[in-house]
Amino acid sequence: MQNSPQSPIIEASKLTKQFGAFTAVDAISFEVERGEIFGFLGANGAGKTTAMRMLTGLSRPTSGQARVAGIDVAAHPEKVKQRIGYMSQKFSLYEDLTVMENIRFYGGIYGLPRKQARQAGSQLIEQLGMEAFARKQVSGIPLGWRQKLSFSIALLHQPDVVFLDEPTGGVDPVTRRQFWEMIYQAAETGTTVFVTTHYMDEAEYCGRVSIMVDGQIAALDTPDRLKSEFQAANMHEVFLQLTRPKP
Amino acid sequence: MIKPLLVFIRKEAFHILRDRRTLIILLGMPAVLVLLFGFAISNEIREAGFAVLDQARNEPSRQLTDRFRASPYFTMQEGVQTQAAMEAAFRKGSLKLALVIPPGYGEPPVSLQLVTDATDPNTATTLSNYASAIIRQEWAGRATGQQASALVEVKPLMLYNRELKSVFLFVPGVMTVILMLVSAMMTSIAITREKELGTMEVLLVSPLPPALIIVGKVIPYILLALANTGVILWLGTAVFDMPMRGSYLLLWASALLFVGTALSLGILISTRTSSQQVAMLFSLMVLMLPTILLSGFIFPIASMPLPLQVISNAIPAKWFIIILKDIMLKGGGLSLIWQESLILLGMTTFFIALSVRSFKTRLA
Repeated sequence: MQNSPQSPIIEASKLTKQFGAFTAVDAISFEVERGEIFGFLGANGAGKTTAMRMLTGLSRPTSGQARVAGIDVAAHPEKVKQRIGYMSQKFSLYEDLTVMENIRFYGGIYGLPRKQARQAGSQLIEQLGMEAFARKQVSGIPLGWRQKLSFSIALLHQPDVVFLDEPTGGVDPVTRRQFWEMIYQAAETGTTVFVTTHYMDEAEYCGRVSIMVDGQIAALDTPDRLKSEFQAANMHEVFLQLTRPKP
Repeated sequence: MIKPLLVFIRKEAFHILRDRRTLIILLGMPAVLVLLFGFAISNEIREAGFAVLDQARNEPSRQLTDRFRASPYFTMQEGVQTQAAMEAAFRKGSLKLALVIPPGYGEPPVSLQLVTDATDPNTATTLSNYASAIIRQEWAGRATGQQASALVEVKPLMLYNRELKSVFLFVPGVMTVILMLVSAMMTSIAITREKELGTMEVLLVSPLPPALIIVGKVIPYILLALANTGVILWLGTAVFDMPMRGSYLLLWASALLFVGTALSLGILISTRTSSQQVAMLFSLMVLMLPTILLSGFIFPIASMPLPLQVISNAIPAKWFIIILKDIMLKGGGLSLIWQESLILLGMTTFFIALSVRSFKTRLA
């Protein structure tokens, strides 16, 4: 089952999800390489979230297959879950727990031994420069810090792939830039980053970008090649050309 | 799998302990409710104005009068001796109940008349029940039971609650309401809170099995519910002299069973709702109101219209109150309560099956 370093870390083949008569995801196929930053774009309702839920084992495909780290997600969701990290747009921290307690809780549910979880926690707080916040409840720390903490926690168990669902919602541009630096660092250490976003400037930071329209992947390439293909100055124009209804 | 569960329970305990206001309400409410029902909202009536129109004036009639005199429920209005004085006293409101003893009382068959001030029908009914009980006691000592029951109407309630103490009714009732509140409402709120915060998604993406997430969430609430059971039980027996005639083991086992039923309802509600407010409103409307109104806690089921009597069978609280009364008042064992226990067990299984199903459809 173990895949070799050369084979893709995420493979979707004809992945389909139907809700009754409505096809939310229509036979999409793509591959993501190890260590890649993969941008997953699309308008609201285009099927991004549904596709991501199938990749993370939260939802069962109607047909087609998704493999993550060489494992069939629908057949062995529990094995896949050990290999992936996930951060939702709500940052998913417990506000009435302290920073340290949050770290230790998430470490614990991923089976990190108590001692190791504590060590990883102290290390993480030091890396983030959050010593001042360590014993504070999360409700009392600024949004930008929560976002960084949430991302670091998603990486705590050293997953092969980390899924980020609109990780920069509601955060100011400076903090967004800092956050993308963290994403680059993670990718450099070999973690694959699968990220959905609304911000087209962020799409430029991705290695490759896929744009979903009406349940299908309308375009998939590096930002540079997409811009030249659509003769657009930036990703925003590419996105508009694809998603705007044809005259 | 034990370690992640402990990690989870620890986290859940933090949530409960840090929400001080809710915690104080949850721990304080049982005591407040029991004391409130015990002292303030008691439907016991004490020292009601009472008179005897003794037309017999013989030894048995004096004995009966003395028995009423000794009762804490009645205060004898010695001055009221004639029909005219009785009517005047009723009109003034100083008299609530009068006993008319006919000439020649003492040789069965006898007939006695109880006159009550029925402007407040509840009080009148209660008082005439008290009086009937006293007359029955008097006759139980001198005549056979058959003759005694021919004399006055006998309600089955008196069999186990000779003094008609309302504490016997409200201790099981309060316990039921509190367990329902802590187990069903609080867990449904706690689970939907994870959904609202978005942490539920993260937990579902983690290697924790969904069943373990739910178990980890409900265990602290089980402990809280059992602590409340202990407080109510202690207050009921120590402060209000509620008898405990059955086995404590059976009582705790039944409480645990009912907590299970309530939890399964809370879990079911949380699978169908996505916000804390909806979960709370839903719990209040669908669980708390029927538990209070239709379980026999406040209004006797026997006096409800037939459709409501039928509906009351679907209320878990009704069966738990029966079990509690059977154990505490009748001293009954498993042979007496196995049917009610089976009904609760069946309901629990049904609710859990429904929850699992709606959980699966959401994943599919």
